Formats: sequence, structure tokens, C-alpha cells
Amino acid sequence: MSKSELNNNNTQQTEEVIALDDERRVKVLSPSMLVFKRFIRNKLAIVGTVFIVAMFIFSFIGGLISPYGEAEVFRHYEEMYKDYAAAKHNETYYFTEDANHKVPNPSVFNFKFVGAKTSGKTEFTVDEDKFTLEELGEKTYAIYSSTGDLVTVASTYFFDTAVEDFDVTLDFRFAAQKAIADKEESFTVGGNKYFVKTNEEENNIICNADSKELVFISDYIVNSAYNDIKLSFEEKSAIKEAIESGAETYEFDGNTFKIEKGMYETKIKGITKAYVNLSYASPSKEHWLGTDANGMDILTRLMYGGRVSLMIGFIVVIVETVLGVILGGISGYFGGVVDNIIMRIVDIFNCIPSTPLIIILGAMMDAMQIDPQIRMIYLMLILGFLGWPGVARLVRGQILSLREQEFMTATEATGISVSRRIFKHLVPNVIPQLIVICTMGLGGVILTESTLSFLGLGVKFPFASWGNIINAVSNVFVMTNYWFVWIPAGFCILITVLGFNFIGDGLRDAFDPKMKR
Amino acid sequence: MGKYILKRLLQCVVILFFVALVIYAIMRCLPTSYVESIARQRASLPGSKSYTEWLEQLNAVYGLDVGIVRGFFKWLKSAVVLDFGDSWYFNIPVLDKFKSVIWYSFVLGAVSFFLEIIIAIPLGIISAVKQYSKIDYAVTVFALIGISLPTFFFATLLKLIFSIKLGWFDLYGIVGRYYDQLSLGGKFLDMAKHYVLPTVTIVIVSIGSTMRYTRTNMLEVLNSDYIRTARAKGVPERKVISYHAFRNTLIPIVTIIGGSLPGLFSGALITETLFQIPGIGWVSYQAMVGGDIPFSMFYMIFIAVLTLVGTLLADILYAVVDPRVRVG
Repeated sequence: MSKSELNNNNTQQTEEVIALDDERRVKVLSPSMLVFKRFIRNKLAIVGTVFIVAMFIFSFIGGLISPYGEAEVFRHYEEMYKDYAAAKHNETYYFTEDANHKVPNPSVFNFKFVGAKTSGKTEFTVDEDKFTLEELGEKTYAIYSSTGDLVTVASTYFFDTAVEDFDVTLDFRFAAQKAIADKEESFTVGGNKYFVKTNEEENNIICNADSKELVFISDYIVNSAYNDIKLSFEEKSAIKEAIESGAETYEFDGNTFKIEKGMYETKIKGITKAYVNLSYASPSKEHWLGTDANGMDILTRLMYGGRVSLMIGFIVVIVETVLGVILGGISGYFGGVVDNIIMRIVDIFNCIPSTPLIIILGAMMDAMQIDPQIRMIYLMLILGFLGWPGVARLVRGQILSLREQEFMTATEATGISVSRRIFKHLVPNVIPQLIVICTMGLGGVILTESTLSFLGLGVKFPFASWGNIINAVSNVFVMTNYWFVWIPAGFCILITVLGFNFIGDGLRDAFDPKMKR
Repeated sequence: MGKYILKRLLQCVVILFFVALVIYAIMRCLPTSYVESIARQRASLPGSKSYTEWLEQLNAVYGLDVGIVRGFFKWLKSAVVLDFGDSWYFNIPVLDKFKSVIWYSFVLGAVSFFLEIIIAIPLGIISAVKQYSKIDYAVTVFALIGISLPTFFFATLLKLIFSIKLGWFDLYGIVGRYYDQLSLGGKFLDMAKHYVLPTVTIVIVSIGSTMRYTRTNMLEVLNSDYIRTARAKGVPERKVISYHAFRNTLIPIVTIIGGSLPGLFSGALITETLFQIPGIGWVSYQAMVGGDIPFSMFYMIFIAVLTLVGTLLADILYAVVDPRVRVG
């Protein structure tokens, strides 16, 4: 700022000729006013200022206005299809047994029976006992022993009992099947009269004398997915009808069910309501930018993320500037051995690769499971501690040239203390360059922080940061389908960093006395 | 000149020694529970040694049972003969892993560096010559956007547009699915195709600073006395720019280009990780996150050496290109 000193001298000279209240007096602007005028003439710098102001309002005031909290999770009822029942058209023959009639050696018996049936024979042998079969009706056979006693009834049809204490005995089954096959309306077993009815779906139902439904006959197996729920006849026949008509859904008792056809069986899925996190909700009136994986409002997270990113940026830059100015100032003012030592330290810091180091420290903090809040403070300190050498180098270079100037000799002559000389007279002259490097540095720090958070090594959940919001794209499905989760955060980073760079660039031009405009 | 280089080399060795000491000290200050947990983790891998064996090996290799200073000299003793030990994460010697991946990084770095230079320098010069014109604003805004773009965001945007929406490129990797069945030329093209997006990412993100640097230097040259003299003599403007100004602008540019040559080997950590290019950047990222101290240590020293060589090269080049600069 040697130029500004010169400007002051010129002003004093003109003031000798022209009185302060003189009309013809040239309007005198202070150096800082000149800088300001040059700055506001730079369009890009103005755009940058607008960006930054907008981001500040968005982050700090927006967070207050937003009705939601940083880590407020939204939940909602979601309709989910859950297994309700499974249905299957039965093709396997089952043998009717009761307390008095057991099938001998069931697996062999079954094998022989199927063999005899498919080859059209009416006789088969199991363990040297002869059995004969007689077709009772469609897919129904009665099997007699060599003595002519009824052994069992084989059928693909099921007798589902509707009444708890009603047992289907072999005699009952035989009589019922015979009645159905002969198209009789009633039959008698053990002195009780039973009636055969046919319902709408052409299933046979057997009722007792009081026309109470006892048994439901069908070749569809419909099993409830729950042990404690027993499906009624009506429900089962409704399911059967729906499956056979090829419908995709059906209604029963006011509930809607979904039918999913599978290879072996048909699954019936009921709709149940579950209270779940509102994940990846699309932008809507309540959530302008939708919600993220945890059901948190993205717009609100962006605001709080902005606070974190901007705050980290400022604190890191303050830390590195304070360190840099002190060390650079001492180094430049004293020179000699002190300068040599400090500059070698700067060289060493310059050589230490900062990104790998920060990644390692981040991974280490992960392993130690440090509390996210403390982690954030560590992050700021680490970034600040790694960033000071650049500032120190700049300050030293400036001070080296400034300390040889006359005004420094004057301070020495007036006996001002060393610390005052450095920090009151030398450092203020470095401030323009310092402001430029800090503004640019802010953008850089925000980029570094967001990169680290993106890699999952910086700011951690539950705290929001623009970087860790974008982290969601590590899931390709999210990246492809939920643009609103990560694109706004990316633009927030871009706009903020761009804003700082525009301002820094404008300031550099504005501070440069050689600037033409 | 020879004396100067020798002096600088000695200086570099001293700096490197302290850098290594600092990095080693940081590594050693990592809490031991961390190393133990890594040992436990390693031991639980199928076919791995037992936990105590790992811990013993860690302690032996790194002298974790002796003090930091003694441990450091132990490490240094093997490091000077280029023995960096075995990588824990990859289970092979560090140098073997390094040799197998470095060329992927070098190709990526070299191609993007070349593109960067042939785009950035002309644009920077044009924007300086036509200062405050629309072109200048456009170039400035473009450069600053490039500087301000977060690499990971830009790479993801490219992936979304070109890999998913347009389907031109694969999302990840260095080779396609049918790489092994391709002819030699096909293999080359396949690999080249996988390099497109990472290269674009690196070029756009890093082009800004070169462009700004060129512009600043060109402006400085254009404001100098000899340019004014040339114009006053009536030299045609085209000749002023291309002959007098451009050649002088080249001095600092050649210097920084020379200085960044060693950087071609350092790999692009974020870009390689995002595109899963198996170069030194991605490999060392895996090693670092996996807590692989020998590899991380090697990588950091490697980067430090590259930085030092780069600075040295820039300084020497400066003296070579600009006869006004006297070394000593």
C-alpha cells in the first residue's frame, strides 16, 4: 500500500493551495473509498456478493423460518402388501383316514395307488395285500381291501370343516362323495341326514338337517398366512373365483386383496398400513425439495448444512489467518535465524500432502467413534492448522519489503514497541492481500470440507452439511431417481464457492492501484 | 548452476527427512486401539494370520513397541533402500502394488494435463488481450466456475447425464464387460472410452487456475514498457501480441508447467475413487480408509517427493528460460 501513502502526500500538497471549503476543491476520496468504488464497478464481484448474501440469508435466517428441525424425521402411513393367504389348485391325491381306518404303509400305498390309477388298473398290491379301486367321481376313488372292506377314499378334493367339533369320518366321506357323484341331494350316515348344496362358485357344501354348513368341498387349497386366522368358506370361494377369473385384486369384507400368481401357488396379499419414515418423498407443498433417506426435509437440511459449511469455512480461515499472520509477521520482521526456522517449517508443511492426511485422520476418527460435534471442532482445527503456511508466506513477503520503508524507520525513531510496530504498522499494510487470500481461501475450505463430508469423513450425521447430503449418490438408485436429494446441495456448494471467488477476484482488482478502471 | 542444484537437492533431502518424521509421528500418534482393531479385522479375514501374530507383526514392522524416534529410524533405514514393507490392505509389497497401478494414473494425468494446457493457454491469452470484453467475462466466469465446482458433484452430474441418461459410457471401471474378448485395438478403444469422463472431470475442474494464471501474466506483460515501445514503433498489433508479448508470457507458464510435471504421477484421488479407475489415487484411498499404514506412509512420502521435485524443477526451469534470473 505504498501507493496509498503517496496519495495522502499528494492530498496534503493540494490542500496547501486550495482551502478546504474552496468550491473548486477536487473531491477527495479515501483509499478505502476508492477501493470500494472500484469494487462495485466490477459486475462479477457484485454477482458474487449477491450470491454470498443470498446464501447467508438462506442458511442463517432460512433455518429460523423453516418450520422443521435439522434432524426432524417425518413419518407417514404407508400401504404395504403383506402375505395374507396362499392358494393352490390341488393335483395330489390325499387319503381319508379316521380313528378306525388307517392306510397301511402310506408312502408305498400312495406310490402303488398312483401307479395303478395312471396305468388304468383297478388292482394293486401293497405288502402282499391286494387292494381294488373304484372310481367314485371326478378325481375321487374308493379303495377296498381283498376282503371287500372300504380302506380309504383317495381324492384331490378337500373337505374343509366349518364346525370345530365335526370330524369327517371315512364313512361320511364315502357317503358324501357317492352322493355328489350320483347327484343326490341328501345322504345318511350313522343315522344323521345331510344335504348337498352347490354354491355360486359351483363348490359343494354339505349341510346338516338344520341347514347349517358343515363341510366345504373344493380342490383349491387356501391357507391363511397366519395361524390364528381361519378363512371362512365364503372367503375361500371368493379367492378361488377371483383367481380363476384372472383378476388382479378382489374385495372381501370391505378389504382389498392383491393376487400374485406364482409358479406353484398363488399368493394373496392383504394391504396393511405401516408407520414408516417418509423416505425420498418427491417435492411437494410440505417439503419443497422432498425428503431424504431418513425422512428429513431436504430444504431444511440444506439450510442447516449451509450454516455448518459457512461456519466451518469462517472458523478455519480465521484460525489459519491468525497463525499465518503471527508466524509470518515474526518471520518477516526479525529475519535471520528466526525467519529461516519458520520458513523451513512452512516448507515442511507445504510438502505434507494435506488431502491424504485429512482422510487418514478422518478414518481414524471414524475408528475411534468420536462424537460428531467434537469431530467438527477437530476438523476445523486440522484444516486451519494445515492451511496457515500459505498465509504466513504472503505476510512475510510483504513485510520484508515494507520494513525497509521510511515509515518503519520513523516508528523505530519514535520508539514504538516491536509488537506494536509489527501488528499496528506492518500488518495493516498487508490486509488488502490478506483479505483477498482469505476470501479465496473460504471457498477452498468449503470445497475441502464438502469433499470430506461427501467421502463420509468430515461432518457426520445427524449434522447436515452440503457434502454429506450429496453422499446419498453413492447409492446409484438414488442418484438416478431422486435428483432432488443431491443436485440442490451441489448447486449450493457451487454458488457459495463461486461467490467467494468472484468477490476475491473483484477485491484483488479493486485493491490493485494499477487498475485502469 | 550445478552447485545451486546440489544445494537445493540437499535442502530437499533435509525437508523430506522432517516431512517423513512429521508424518511418521502422526501415524504413531494414532491411538493403538486403532492398530489393534485393524489387526483384529485383518485376523478375522479368511486365510489370515491370527490376531496376536498380526499385532506382533505390526509392532515388529513399525517398531510400535519402541519410541517414535527409534521407530522412525528403523522405518527410514528400510525406506532409503526402497523397502516400504507389505501393504496390509492388499497383502502384497507396497512397491509391487504401486508399480501395478501407477501407469493408470499417469495416463489419466498426462492426457488431462495436455488438454488443459492446449485449452487454457489460448483462452487465457485471448481474455487478456481483450480485457473487459464479453469473451474476457465468459472466460473468467468459466474459469471460476471450474475452480468452484466440487469434483465429486461434477463427476456425479457427468455420470448422471452421460452414463445413465444417454448411456454413452460405463458408470465405473477401467474396462468394459467384454474387454477380454476384444482385439488389441478394441481393447485400447474400450479403455480410452472409460477414460473420457474422468479426463473431462479433471480438465474442467483444474483448467481454471491455469487459465487465470495465463491471463494475469499476459496482462502484466501487456502493461510493460517494451510492449508500449513496440506499439509506439508501429509494430502491427498482431505481431506485438504473438511475438513480443506471448514469448514473454511463456516464461512463467513454462515454469509452472515444468513444476507440475511430477504431479502427473500423484494421481487424482477423488476422481479416481469416483470412477473406480484403479490408479494410485483410488488404491491409496482404499488403503488409507482401510487403515493400511505402510501404504499410506509410502503414498504420502511419494507425494511429498513429487512436490519437492516439482518446486525444484520449476526453479531450475525459471533460471533456464529467463536469462535475467541468476541462480545462487
